[in-house]
Amino acid sequence: MAMTKADIVEEVFKKLGFSKSQASEIVETVFETMKETLERGEKLKISGFGNFVPRDKKTRIGRNPKTGEAIEISARRVVTFKASPVLKARMNA
Amino acid sequence: MTKSQLIETVTSRIQNVSKKDVELVVETIFGCMTDALAKDERIEIRGLGSFVAKTRDAREGRNPKTGEKVTVPRKRTPFFTVGKELKERVNVKRAARA
Repeated sequence: MAMTKADIVEEVFKKLGFSKSQASEIVETVFETMKETLERGEKLKISGFGNFVPRDKKTRIGRNPKTGEAIEISARRVVTFKASPVLKARMNA
Repeated sequence: MTKSQLIETVTSRIQNVSKKDVELVVETIFGCMTDALAKDERIEIRGLGSFVAKTRDAREGRNPKTGEKVTVPRKRTPFFTVGKELKERVNVKRAARA
């Protein structure tokens, strides 16, 4: 079973004693602020977890893997994630 | 933006909440996410993206300095896939500027 935002809200509610609606509001605002930061093209560094980095990709020629046809892949911005050594250590403990 | 700047921004956007409270919530969020990945559990944050732990097999590597052969042990790494909403939002802003 995958962990979802609802599970995180539940944990904040149980562990920290906020009301359900307050826990939900704060958690939502945290994720929304993260999205807005990346939307602006700004790097987001969460120490102990990892960095989210928006990267601008230039237009390039790709291929439709099914037909082999060459197609242009438009310039775009993508978000990459690099895990912190702390997170990697926790996953390999 | 760093974690402490994120905490400050969130605090300023919500009424009647202290910076300390937001700090505790932020630590809980990333703590939960770290625990999930440590347990090999997938994380799905609608709109942001999903995280999944993948295992990289042990392999023969080489010390680039000495050329000596070393065994790189099997290890687990998290992978992030951007969610639909974030993927689109990141590109809308970009298109508007161009």
